[in-house]
Amino acid sequence: MVPFAGYDMPVQYPMGVLKEHQHTRQSAGLFDVSHMGQVRLTPKSGDVRDAALALEALVPMSLLDLGLNRQRYAFFTSESGGILDDLMVANRGDHLFLVVNAACKDADFAHMQEHLSDSCHLEMIGDRALVALQGPQAETVLARLAPGAADMRFMDVATLALNGADCWLSRSGYTGEDGYEISVPADAAAALTRALLDAEEVAPIGLGARDSLRLEAGLCLYGHDIDTETTPVEANLVWAMQKARRAGGDRAGGFPGADVILDQLANGCDRKRVGIRPDGRAPMREGTPLFATEDATEAMGQITSGGFGPTVGHPVAMGYVQTAHSAPGSAIFAELRGKRLPATIVNLPFTPANFKR
Amino acid sequence: MKFTEEHEWLDTTEDAGVFSVGITKHAAEALGELVFLELPEVGTKVVKGDEVAVIESVKAASEILAPLDGEIVEVNEPLMDNLTLVNEDPTGAAWFFRIKLDNPSDMDDLLDEDAYKALIE
Repeated sequence: MVPFAGYDMPVQYPMGVLKEHQHTRQSAGLFDVSHMGQVRLTPKSGDVRDAALALEALVPMSLLDLGLNRQRYAFFTSESGGILDDLMVANRGDHLFLVVNAACKDADFAHMQEHLSDSCHLEMIGDRALVALQGPQAETVLARLAPGAADMRFMDVATLALNGADCWLSRSGYTGEDGYEISVPADAAAALTRALLDAEEVAPIGLGARDSLRLEAGLCLYGHDIDTETTPVEANLVWAMQKARRAGGDRAGGFPGADVILDQLANGCDRKRVGIRPDGRAPMREGTPLFATEDATEAMGQITSGGFGPTVGHPVAMGYVQTAHSAPGSAIFAELRGKRLPATIVNLPFTPANFKR
Repeated sequence: MKFTEEHEWLDTTEDAGVFSVGITKHAAEALGELVFLELPEVGTKVVKGDEVAVIESVKAASEILAPLDGEIVEVNEPLMDNLTLVNEDPTGAAWFFRIKLDNPSDMDDLLDEDAYKALIE
């Protein structure tokens, strides 16, 4: 067990990180992510579009067109164009349901209170746990408890009874695999967890494998790969910004840091988040400095997440490099224990996403 | 077999003054599943406490220190492709390198099995 964002979290279960990782990619893994924040944003007007428009003032996403029972990836931006947190937003018909990072949830809630309380009621949901069932067998397992789970596609949300409990499901996750995140009433969480673990396909998965799975999937970990010092353009998260909020869009700008972010979108930026494949077998971990050549005196970047990729069978990393060195195929060097070791810029993800679109 | 406080073991070989070096079962279990091993070059002269090898688990990197003064005379190259051996047979097949001690009598300063067991309990 290790402390994580104020919670005691298991790094691994008896299976161990490598086997837990493989089990999730090949069958199904169950993650307890109850530390994450669950927030309900209800419009005072009764029209969910008013909540969507209000929230658009804090994120560079188009939420007005988010369909009923659909979910979208988003991030709160700062006045300087940095990222305050990344989150999921779902349209639940009469309210928006948000899932935010554990370490940021109090700050996120205060940020929304400050800017949205005129038009919305905000509620931090404290009486529900959150578990994620991830992997190619997740649908089979969950459909045994609620056949309707199989009808959902990637980023759909639904309310279904699981094991007798009123659960809010989204077909999403943070492993690159198909799967679900399940918000369950706290008093029913232990029984549901046991019911899921009773399935022969399912094993419990700890933080260690959660990290290696999301890293292979090319997904950012807040506080490491993205933070207040990185803009969405630098972080290569422009795909998450819909056209309506970009220059020339119906609701262009109007989010914190829009001047910086839209300027970088138009004119480029000095550094980029990229995938990095060490050429050798030594893992290159967070904080490892990156150089353009073997004898360059000045670092031109740094690794923000790195380790061994159990599915690909070699070390994997991501980090920021100067834009001039960010093209896939570029040869760079990382300084590890006083030695310059070669690495190559690669496209993310390292393992193809396996979503049910 | 003798032990160091850094959770390494040394065992005699067929050659007088040459000892195999590995990590203890206790250390292997604490490290967990291993993903990378970097071994020294044969011929390297080392002083006790020098970083001579690097071992990485899924969790973190750890240095293997020279247990005594001497010269690296052999490394276990095949081990790099079969790291599960470190967890399966840490004090046998999973030796990392062999060292020819400058002063074989230095072995007397290391821990015997009872002293090492007392250390980790």
